[in-house]
Amino acid sequence: MSWDDAQPGTAGDSPPRPGGPRGDEGPASGRTPPKRVLVTSPRTRAARRPRRPVTREIDEQTGLGEAYMRSLMRAQLRLSLGVCGLLGAAVGGLPLLFVLVPRLRELQVLGLPLPWLLLAGLVYPAFVGCGWWYVHQAERNERDFAELVDRDT
Amino acid sequence: MNSAYGLVAVSLVVAATVLIGTFGLRISRTTSDFYVASRTVSPLRNASAIGGEYLSAASFLGVAGLILAYGADMLWLPVGWTGGYLVLLVLISAPLRRSGAYTLPDFAEARLESMAVRRVTSVLAVLIGWLYLMPQLQSAGLVLRTVVGTPVWAGAVLVAVVVTINVLSGGMRSITLVQAFQYWLKLTALAVPVLFLLIAWRHDTAPAPTRDAPPTFPQATTVSVGADVTVRVEHPVRVVLHGRLDGRAQDGPVELTAGEHRIARDSTVVFPAGAAVPHVSGLPESTDREWALPLSGREYPLYATYSLILATFLGTMGLPHVLVRFYTNPDGQAARRTTVLVLALLGAFYLLPALYGVLGRIYTPELLMTGRTDAVVLTLPGRLIGGTLGDLLGALVTAGAVAAFLSTSSGLTVSVAGVIAQDILHGGVRSFRAATLLALFVPLGLALAARALAVADVVGLAFAVAASTFCPLLVLGIWWRRLTVAGALAGLVAGGGLAGTAVVWTILGGPPSGLAGALLAQPAAWTVPVAFAVMIMVSLLTPRSIPPGVARTMVRLHTPESLDVDRGTWRPKRV
Repeated sequence: MSWDDAQPGTAGDSPPRPGGPRGDEGPASGRTPPKRVLVTSPRTRAARRPRRPVTREIDEQTGLGEAYMRSLMRAQLRLSLGVCGLLGAAVGGLPLLFVLVPRLRELQVLGLPLPWLLLAGLVYPAFVGCGWWYVHQAERNERDFAELVDRDT
Repeated sequence: MNSAYGLVAVSLVVAATVLIGTFGLRISRTTSDFYVASRTVSPLRNASAIGGEYLSAASFLGVAGLILAYGADMLWLPVGWTGGYLVLLVLISAPLRRSGAYTLPDFAEARLESMAVRRVTSVLAVLIGWLYLMPQLQSAGLVLRTVVGTPVWAGAVLVAVVVTINVLSGGMRSITLVQAFQYWLKLTALAVPVLFLLIAWRHDTAPAPTRDAPPTFPQATTVSVGADVTVRVEHPVRVVLHGRLDGRAQDGPVELTAGEHRIARDSTVVFPAGAAVPHVSGLPESTDREWALPLSGREYPLYATYSLILATFLGTMGLPHVLVRFYTNPDGQAARRTTVLVLALLGAFYLLPALYGVLGRIYTPELLMTGRTDAVVLTLPGRLIGGTLGDLLGALVTAGAVAAFLSTSSGLTVSVAGVIAQDILHGGVRSFRAATLLALFVPLGLALAARALAVADVVGLAFAVAASTFCPLLVLGIWWRRLTVAGALAGLVAGGGLAGTAVVWTILGGPPSGLAGALLAQPAAWTVPVAFAVMIMVSLLTPRSIPPGVARTMVRLHTPESLDVDRGTWRPKRV
């Protein structure tokens, strides 16, 4: 969706989200029921009090906008650190493993010494797989964020 | 190897590079063409270009040579050089592209809004670029001498001149095309000969270097000594020597007694079959069984291995010529996808050097004596296959090696020249041209003046400096809002100062022996944590110098381009 669609007053007919701005307005006519009741669609009332799109909260750097940004950054950072942690444990753990279990240094697998099989061969497809998975997840995080912020699209 | 074939190979690659480069002249006219190739490069071509630019002489020649000499521990080098892209992918690729920065100094300015940080970053980028260029030019000299027999300086000057012509005529647009071409040339140049080598090896009963004894000459071998060399003989052996031994002229059979011997250049030594290979002094002799085991080569192997892992995994993102490429992606998501493609291309390439290293251990052990292990890739085809086919395959690997110098040197020159033109000169295409000369001829002078070191070792030092300076700046800059100008400056100065001192010490004096030597030769394991710690501590102590626009910058770095949000008005200065 483009910016123009999200101008206050033209948008706001989508269902509210938890955490979204002013998402809890309903008809204010329930407390003391008079005899004659003005019946209106809740949508019309909601439209009169325009919702501010989240992109605008972000642009104006309100607390809410910042909270959205932090949630995106936290999700992405968690994913990145997860991959780095996996990489550190797998790659960084190998030399330690070779020190602690010296027998592994000479173990023959498929006719090749294990360290050579791992470091000169298998590690490369593992890197590509890891990278591919990361891109998939990172793009999903971004799609989720875009939907959250921009859901009239 | 037949030098005529080698000469033809060198000429062909040089001519092709210049032609493709000049062809770029007609397309690239405006300043932004020079810098970012107009952002119309497809992902595969961009990934090939990144691979072509990244795979330097150190990868093409140096890795196989170090594996031949030191064995399994050196497998970590290509693993780290590839894994560095995985770290780069997950930590900085998309945000860096979204920052809109052409260069590292651009990023520093955009994120920290400080010209001081920008200037420090510029100086560091130029220094790292020079440190990386120097060994490329040096090994160009060595290769041309091996193949064609020219003096060492000639190869370095040739590469410098070709790169100058290329960069000046087309800028980055032509360079992108050239680089993409160079990746596939390099892959072919290693992959095709290795197929023939493996067939020849199978025919030769497929020997494996697993004996519990040091390498021996498989058959009577004539070793030509190209440069004065001191060798250590463990087992006395009777050889036929023409030339000078320990300062005395010799022309016939002579006994090489146990101990150190000096053999003058242009001597030839004929060893009988089965004789143990004397090792060049300084290279420890190890049995084939020890050689095949990790953590058994150099001193303090565990420290050296971890330091190498840290330097390569974290240093990749800080190399000046790597970052420029990210701007040629249309958006952050494309930058990520390109990086995965780069991982695949690098992985395919790095399967090959280890094979050359192992075959070299079996068939060209005399390189352990001459100390020229970097030449193993060039020597193997002639040794194992021979005849016209061997000459042709030798010419092919020579072409690949020349491609390696040209592509890495071109990429580095473009990015170093960009930084010099933008931050030191006035900017504009004319400045870029002057900066190109400066970017290339300073390291050329260094390469001609400095003593020769193993190419992969010097490149490793450049990675260590990058990991100790730009890695903390990029990672903290992208993910941590509380990074301050003072913190960034302090971290860059601390990391750059410590790693730089270690580099200068190692290159000028050679590292001292013992633990201090290990710490200086592989500084990353302590300089990277120090740089991170200083950057974080000083930032926490100076909360007032948090840049005012940090929130807007974070929006710019992290939100996908499909969202219509205010990303600020910062644009990189154009030259």
